[in-house]
Amino acid sequence: MKSKDKVLIANGQGFWGDSILGPVRLIEEGPLDYLTLDYLAEVTMSIMQKLKTRDPSKGYATDFVTLLDRVLPKAMERGVKIVANAGGVNPMACKDAVLEVVRKHGLEGVKVAVVEGDDILGGLDGLMEGGEAFTNMDTGAPLAPVRDQVTSANVYLGAFPIAEALNQGADIVITGRGTDPGLVIGPLIHEFGWTEEDLDQLAAGTVAGHILECGAQCTGGNYTDWKSIENMAMIGYPIVEACPDGTFTVTKHEGTGGRVSRDTVVHQLSYEMGDPANYITPDVVADFTSFQLHDQGNNRVRISGVKGAPATPTYKVSMSFQDGWKSVGQLTISGPDALAKARLASEIVWDRLKYDGFEYSADERLVEFVGANVCHEGVAVPGSEEPTEVVLRLGVKGPDRAKVNRFGSELVPLVTSGPPGVTGFAGGRPKATEIIGYWPALLDKTKVRSTVSVHELQPGGPS
Amino acid sequence: MTHANLGQIAYARSGDKGEGSNVGVIARSEAAYEFLRTFLTEAVVREHFKGINHGGVRRFEAPNMGVLNFLLEDSLGGGGSASLKTDAQGKTHGLALLRMELDVPDEVLKSVGS
Repeated sequence: MKSKDKVLIANGQGFWGDSILGPVRLIEEGPLDYLTLDYLAEVTMSIMQKLKTRDPSKGYATDFVTLLDRVLPKAMERGVKIVANAGGVNPMACKDAVLEVVRKHGLEGVKVAVVEGDDILGGLDGLMEGGEAFTNMDTGAPLAPVRDQVTSANVYLGAFPIAEALNQGADIVITGRGTDPGLVIGPLIHEFGWTEEDLDQLAAGTVAGHILECGAQCTGGNYTDWKSIENMAMIGYPIVEACPDGTFTVTKHEGTGGRVSRDTVVHQLSYEMGDPANYITPDVVADFTSFQLHDQGNNRVRISGVKGAPATPTYKVSMSFQDGWKSVGQLTISGPDALAKARLASEIVWDRLKYDGFEYSADERLVEFVGANVCHEGVAVPGSEEPTEVVLRLGVKGPDRAKVNRFGSELVPLVTSGPPGVTGFAGGRPKATEIIGYWPALLDKTKVRSTVSVHELQPGGPS
Repeated sequence: MTHANLGQIAYARSGDKGEGSNVGVIARSEAAYEFLRTFLTEAVVREHFKGINHGGVRRFEAPNMGVLNFLLEDSLGGGGSASLKTDAQGKTHGLALLRMELDVPDEVLKSVGS
């Protein structure tokens, strides 16, 4: 197979909850080879694991199925392949739901691949018995004391299993936990025949993937000079035009809103950045200080010269664990004297709880007067004018669920037994919700096996 | 020297990074980058965020992008799902840094067209 000299890859979903219009418009408004969709955050895996425990047919990003129902016929007609980490903790169930969409639209012949092997929750005890401590990368603590609270455990797989799925002819690739840039690098490996030794190319794919992974955050969304961005409502989602040598151009479809410039792209390159010279993925260590950006005008920014170093021998493991309870509630307090009344209302809540035997330490409680410098505390200088209204936002947390819940029942009573002008209680009594702790660790790559399977609609039922 | 806001010579973007946040400061010109590389030290940023960040500050440089990247190590009230704060992900920390007032050499201000 002769490889192409240019491949167009877009990302239409920056997180679970991003607008459906991004991917819908990417397929309708211009040329495209691959559509990637990123649905997973650390906390998402734990939520999905809980859904799967309640119902074995759940535990994946259902938004993905809703999206495919809307765009699949057009995507297949235009030859756009789709790569999504929508599988969550149940990629096979996601595949079954996708095949149902295929059946509904009469698109027999569509190949759906599943990448598995990232979910190590079932094998966790065996790995620990085998000597893995799963030391917390941030705190240095061993996992054993919190093992019983662990609710999900996944390694971040790299891009090669995705490339393998595409090599086997997949039209749609569903993965569980993998790196975000891997969704972009996988198609590039498949198209250009890159290998593990092509470090600079893999690093370039990593940079491209990082630019794309938050959707419109590189096309003028969340941009400092927001007043200069035109037509944000119809903002274009980002597209990378990649070449076999690893150079690529960031752009967006013609006629869409937003902007692609050196500055909008560098905004996204700075996002969630640690040490830019050592951006570690399972496939390569990319150097984000190595490349050059060329703003070519007309919403095109070319990137060249990306350097990469060999990958580390470990996978990053993302675990979540049950870490206590929290409850947050809010009320709106009008002026006059909004701030003074909010302060009094907050004291009333803590005093009543104390009277009933419930005290929360400074670390366990939060008081915010939203509208009076909550976000930039100690940085912004509040104006001398009294705010005409504030939102009183109170919260508590701790290991005792009943104690956390008790707090919620003292908020709404302020409406009738506190200062005047208290409103906005329509949400009712806040309830305790679980705190999901995050536990990052490393695991030797030899302890993990990823698998790829390809599925097609069979007469009579999903394969 | 002219008294100015950091926002006149730089952009910023921020987000969560474990129990802390990262703030990428993007210089609006090469002259602004060179000035900020000297002026905007870890100590200056730590002092600026003392009402928000209760840990250390680390700085990384990416001159190819004109970026100084700051990690605020304890700025989210616990981080992730454990935080009770409105801005539990540090999304507004970039704009907080751009509020900084400083004396900027006139040639730097000129280089960004202000």
